[in-house]
Amino acid sequence: MRTVVKVERCRPPDTSEYKGVWVFVEQRDGSISSVAYELLGAGRRLANELKTHLSAVLFSSTEDEAEELINWGADKVYHCSSPIFKDFNDEPYSQLLFNLIELHKPEVVLAGATPIGRSFIPRVAARLKTGLTADCTTLEIDKGNLLQIKPAFGGNIMATILCPDHRPQIATVRPGAMKRGEYSLDRKGEIIPVSAGNLACRTRVVATIKEVSKCMVNLQEADVIVAGGRGLGDAKGFKIIEELARLLGGVVGASRAAVDEGWIPYNRQVGQTGKTVCPKVYIACGISGAAQHLVGMQSSDIIIVINKNPDATIFDVATHGIVGDVYKVVPLLIKKLKEAKVE
Amino acid sequence: MNIIVCIKQVPNTEEIKIDTETNTLMREGVSSIINPYDLHSIEAALQIREKMGGTVIAITMGPPQAEDALRAAISMGVDDVRLISDRAFAGADTLSTSYTLCKAIEKLRYDIIFCGKQAIDGDTAQVGPEVAEFLNIPHIAYVKKIDNITTESIKVHRLLDDGYDVVESSLPVLLTVVRELNLPRLPSLKGKMTAKKAVVVKMDLNAIGAEEKDVGLKGSPTKVKDIFSIKAKTDRRMLQGNIEEQVDILVQELFSQ
Repeated sequence: MRTVVKVERCRPPDTSEYKGVWVFVEQRDGSISSVAYELLGAGRRLANELKTHLSAVLFSSTEDEAEELINWGADKVYHCSSPIFKDFNDEPYSQLLFNLIELHKPEVVLAGATPIGRSFIPRVAARLKTGLTADCTTLEIDKGNLLQIKPAFGGNIMATILCPDHRPQIATVRPGAMKRGEYSLDRKGEIIPVSAGNLACRTRVVATIKEVSKCMVNLQEADVIVAGGRGLGDAKGFKIIEELARLLGGVVGASRAAVDEGWIPYNRQVGQTGKTVCPKVYIACGISGAAQHLVGMQSSDIIIVINKNPDATIFDVATHGIVGDVYKVVPLLIKKLKEAKVE
Repeated sequence: MNIIVCIKQVPNTEEIKIDTETNTLMREGVSSIINPYDLHSIEAALQIREKMGGTVIAITMGPPQAEDALRAAISMGVDDVRLISDRAFAGADTLSTSYTLCKAIEKLRYDIIFCGKQAIDGDTAQVGPEVAEFLNIPHIAYVKKIDNITTESIKVHRLLDDGYDVVESSLPVLLTVVRELNLPRLPSLKGKMTAKKAVVVKMDLNAIGAEEKDVGLKGSPTKVKDIFSIKAKTDRRMLQGNIEEQVDILVQELFSQ
């Protein structure tokens, strides 16, 4: 036998010792990932409801935006600045976060469901022997417990998960699923420097290669998304979708059906297997509304639905539904928008 | 090189329908398959064995019928299998599953452990990293390419949101893999014959040396409170009038934004 490890599972801790909501703030090359601001928004709301404080935890290799995290809602920022956090390696990240949790005992810990969060947070949960829920899209408080709602079975259903007897309750949260909190320069908070100490690491990042796809970034940051689905009939249908998007200063999205048909690249896909978005305006054209698509867009502020089938599920989430042929309604909309612009 | 591949038998989620009356999954008639990501794990393990020699063992935790998944792995070419199965393991969440797998893996020899990125039923992607933590070995998640392996170390490409990292690790290591890694082979006729005759070794609670309180539902800190289908939101606000009038309202609405 190569490795002999003694793993002991222990009794659940007394949950009342655990206080406070924590948000793990992910950074790459010193810039904070946008999901961190969404987590601060969600974390603030949960902390208020639990009548407790909100702390941000930031590991970085630069002296950076710890102050900003207070403006975004944190009461405390635990900041560890060390060269070891220049690259992402699971072991030092999980070990230091574990150490801090053991010391300060928060009741809730949130992290982004990004490749980084979903890789190292499970190690933290395993070491703490507590529960972890992946890729949550809704978080609520019920009798002091965190209700963690997540898609499962490929987005076909949602599950509500509880971690009643163990603390902390840890969740990774889907980027784009939560709204940012209110930014205010008037907020007061405390920055607590943390020393890295002696962190072991058996992996090493040899090189980092960036391959950012522009429209992917655009999709999650856009104020307006015009999305097309199978109802367009063919790839050419996306021409009018693009025209409408351009006119509204937005970007093009698509349902999985349209992507599977090969009409448009995968990086435009909205939904459980694509991107979760919450723009100000989402216009769904010829999309029937499979559950896995709805998960990805239903928190948009205004949802305009154009579909010729009055029974299409997508009308259930519509703020403004129009039953009609996409090829009649969209060109008419384009024409009238152009006229209105001239006026 | 001793390689362990952790696989899971899952319902084919593409066939799953929801009973909207009861908000439950209609599992009847839904076929069971090897979690698709795990096929890429098996392929990666076989390729390393072909290059460096050694043994590939596929393991799975599940009910007795999960044996089918192990036989399918044998038909692809793995050398041996273990079925980690006991009534006590039922209802396990990710922590409890990872702990159970860790206890079973401790009884085996390994240099590399492969897991699929995630299973398509739970979609958690947590079991791989949690197993690595319980075993106290490093892991690399979202592996899309294996660059180089020696008897001491491995170099891989790890997929991230904004590109990829080239990461080196000492062995033993656990890797979770994405679909870009390779194209899984189909079972050969000879493989199918071997699979038919193979003896599937079972490991129960006693064999892995765990206690009942630490496994299955009892060892699971998380509980599923309920499941529901997504059609909860029913705004369904429809515009009235003829198309022309409806479009006029839209134009106004879009301009007020």
